[in-house]
Amino acid sequence: MTDKENLKIQAIENGTVIDHIKAGQALNVLRILGIAADCRGTVSFVMNAPGAKGRKDVVKVEGRELNVEELNRISLIAPNATVNIIRDFVVLQKKKVVLPTYVEDVVRCINPNCISNSTEPIKSRFSVIRSEKGGVVLRCLYCEHVISENIAEHLV
Amino acid sequence: MSFKNRHVISMKDFSREEIDHVLDTAEKLEPVARGMEKSRLLDGKIIALLFFEPSTRTRLSFETAIQRLGGQIINLGSVEASSVMKGENLADTIRVISKYADLIVLRHPQDGSARMASEFASVPIINGGDGSIHHPTQTFLDLYTIRRESHLEGLKIAMAGDLKYGRTVHSLCHALSLYGAEMTFVSPPELRMPAEIVRDLKRQNIKVGETDSFEDVIGDIEVLYMTRVQQERFPDPEEYEKVKNRLKLTGELLENAAPDLKILHPLPRVNEISPEVDETPYACYFQQAFYGVPTRMALLTLAMGVIE
Repeated sequence: MTDKENLKIQAIENGTVIDHIKAGQALNVLRILGIAADCRGTVSFVMNAPGAKGRKDVVKVEGRELNVEELNRISLIAPNATVNIIRDFVVLQKKKVVLPTYVEDVVRCINPNCISNSTEPIKSRFSVIRSEKGGVVLRCLYCEHVISENIAEHLV
Repeated sequence: MSFKNRHVISMKDFSREEIDHVLDTAEKLEPVARGMEKSRLLDGKIIALLFFEPSTRTRLSFETAIQRLGGQIINLGSVEASSVMKGENLADTIRVISKYADLIVLRHPQDGSARMASEFASVPIINGGDGSIHHPTQTFLDLYTIRRESHLEGLKIAMAGDLKYGRTVHSLCHALSLYGAEMTFVSPPELRMPAEIVRDLKRQNIKVGETDSFEDVIGDIEVLYMTRVQQERFPDPEEYEKVKNRLKLTGELLENAAPDLKILHPLPRVNEISPEVDETPYACYFQQAFYGVPTRMALLTLAMGVIE
C-alpha cells in the first residue's frame, strides 16, 4: 500500500481504526459494534480498498476507543481484522482480533422455536467454537442449534 | 459427588461417573418403585409439575415416583386456566413457583426453555422435555433399561426409525458414546441421523454405521432402539406420508436375531412394531416404561439432596 493510501485509511486524530476486514463486511462490522445511524461521533469506512492480500474494508471510529470485548466480537465475521487505537495521530496499539469463547446479544438463534426468540426477558447466548476448517461455529446455549455459515445474516 | 440443588437440563451436562451414580441410585430405589418397600424420602417436600404441553407418560411416571417417596405435588391445572393465558412469561412463572415448591419439573414446547428456567429458578429444575431438543430423564431411563436388561460398556446397538427429528436418540447417542458403544443407524434416507451428530461420534472414535434395512443389523446387535416417526415434527405433511410406514419391525424379521437381543422403544408406538413382537422375549419396551419410575426417583432425590 502506498503512503497516500495509508494516510487515507489511518489519518484520524483519536479513535479506533479496524483494518483488514473482509471486503463487503464493513457495514456488518458497524452493526456488530452497535454503531447505528444515530451515532454522534464521526464514523467512516472504506470498502474494497486494495490491500496486500486483496480487497478489504476499513472502518474508522473517531473519538472512541473500543474495548477488547467489543472488538473481539468482530472476529465472528472478520476473523483477520486488525485494530489500531489512535491517539494524537499516533498508533498507540495495534492488535489482531481474537475469537471470543462466548457472545451474548450479538447473533439471533436460527431456530425459530428457540426460547431466545420469544418474548422472555433473556438475551441470545452462544458459545463460539473454531471449526476444523478454520471457520467459526456458534452453538446456542439455550437450544444447542448451530450456526456455521452466513453469521452476518443473523446479527441482532 | 453431590447433586444437591443441581438442575437436570441436558445429558451433555453429565459425566459418565455422574450418570453411573444416578443409575446406581435408581437401582437402590427400584424396590420402592415396585411398591415392595415403603419410603418417606420426600416427606414434606413439594414438587411442582409444570406441564405446558400434554405428556401423559412422563407426567404420570413423575407423579408415581413422587408419591411412592411420600412427596406432594402441585401443578398448573390446565394451561388454559393458568396465568400463562393472562400473558405471564415463563421466567416469571418459574420465579413464582420457586417460592412454593422445593423442585420444579418442567415440560415446555419451546427449545431451550428448561435451560432458561434454570437461570430464573431458586430451586432445582428437572427438564421433563423441552421442544424437540432435550428429554434427559428419558435418556436416563433408557440407559437404566439397557444396563438392567443388557449391558452398557461396549454395547452393540442399532437405533431405528425417525433419527432426524427424534430427540431421544440424539441424547442417547451422546450418552452411549461415553460407554464406547458401537452404533448403527437404521432409517430411510429422509430421516437419517443428523450429520453433525455422526461427525461428533466419529470424532470420539465411536464405530458408527448407517443402513436403511433391519436385515443388515438384526443378527449382530444386542439392543434395538426403535422410535416412532413423529408426525408432529414434520414441517411438510407430504414428507411424513412418504416415510411413515417405511420401517416396520415384525416377528419374521426377528427370526435371525441374537437370542439376547432387547428391543426398546420410548413409546407411544404407532405401527412401527408389530403386536406379535410384544410376546417375544426380545420385547423390553413396557419394562422400559416402568424403569422411568426408579430413574425419576433417583433424579428427584439426588437433586433435592435427600440422597447423596
